[in-house]
Amino acid sequence: MRGNIYLYIAVMAGVTYLIRVLPLTLIRKQIDNRFVQSFLYYVPYATLSAMTFPAILTSTTSVAAATLGFIVAVILAWKDKGLVTVAAFACVTVFIAERFL
Amino acid sequence: MVETTQSRGAAWRKGVQDGIPIGLGYFAVSFAFGIMAKEAGMTVFQAGLISITNLTSAGQFAAVGLMVSGASYAEMALTQLIINLRYCLMSCALSQKWDPAVPSFHRFLVAHGVTDEIFGVSILKEGHLNPWFNYGLMSAAVPGWVGGTVIGALCGAILPESLTSALGIAIYGMFLAIVIPPAKKERAIAAVVIAAMVCSTVFRLTPVLKGVSSGFQIIIITVLVAGLAAALRPLEKEEGEEA
Repeated sequence: MRGNIYLYIAVMAGVTYLIRVLPLTLIRKQIDNRFVQSFLYYVPYATLSAMTFPAILTSTTSVAAATLGFIVAVILAWKDKGLVTVAAFACVTVFIAERFL
Repeated sequence: MVETTQSRGAAWRKGVQDGIPIGLGYFAVSFAFGIMAKEAGMTVFQAGLISITNLTSAGQFAAVGLMVSGASYAEMALTQLIINLRYCLMSCALSQKWDPAVPSFHRFLVAHGVTDEIFGVSILKEGHLNPWFNYGLMSAAVPGWVGGTVIGALCGAILPESLTSALGIAIYGMFLAIVIPPAKKERAIAAVVIAAMVCSTVFRLTPVLKGVSSGFQIIIITVLVAGLAAALRPLEKEEGEEA
């Protein structure tokens, strides 16, 4: 680590808090710009998806086990299981798969 | 409407009740974060400090990677801005539900607790937002997030590697559980999810693009994919409300 860790934490906490507090304190009217509204609407899906794949495949010791965990997570998420259920079963799948692979 | 101490207490208790499953889910994911932070060379205190001051999953995981790679503070700020930009939209939506009679200082406190899950629960409540309900949600969720981080950082080292390896996938499982159900209902979201994953894979495999730091990869892909989606499939009037 080259930088100062407390400075890093201050930067990330500051930016994150400002993102949350500014709209809540300053914006008292509905945002009208349709493009901005639409862009913000799609942002979480693009960000989370880009972060998840392909990183998920190398998130555990074995790529094969992670692939199985990924498939299990997709199926359970598709069936509208909650965050905890999906995350837990992905972990269990990897744990079991790594015993056998 | 004049709020009594009693109604505040009731709202807070209801929030705690609704927040307990959130806190439990956070515990599991932040446990993995604690392990990761410890492995990256952070102390238990530093890991816990990150969790209590940031209260965000994706941003924190990305931050550890940035710190390890010795990223600049500007890169850290920009990455957090892009990854956490969704909270901006959520805060906008919450501001629309604010009761003008509620003192403004509550906005500063409620703001810290704007996470995907707390937002999801509080925005679906009928009528005006009650800050005490949000404080209840936070009272259950924040200890789960910070406690999981601290215990993960403490125990990560003594757990067998097979267990910590399996926990590494937890955060991604959670992300999939967030993006897939809406993708099933809306084709535009499904297209965004698939396009972002394909772009991300291309970045990972292409010789020159591979050199771009992971934080900037996410920024570029997000701006590109979400921007295209917004241009091609702009929202109808009401849809933004539930985002």
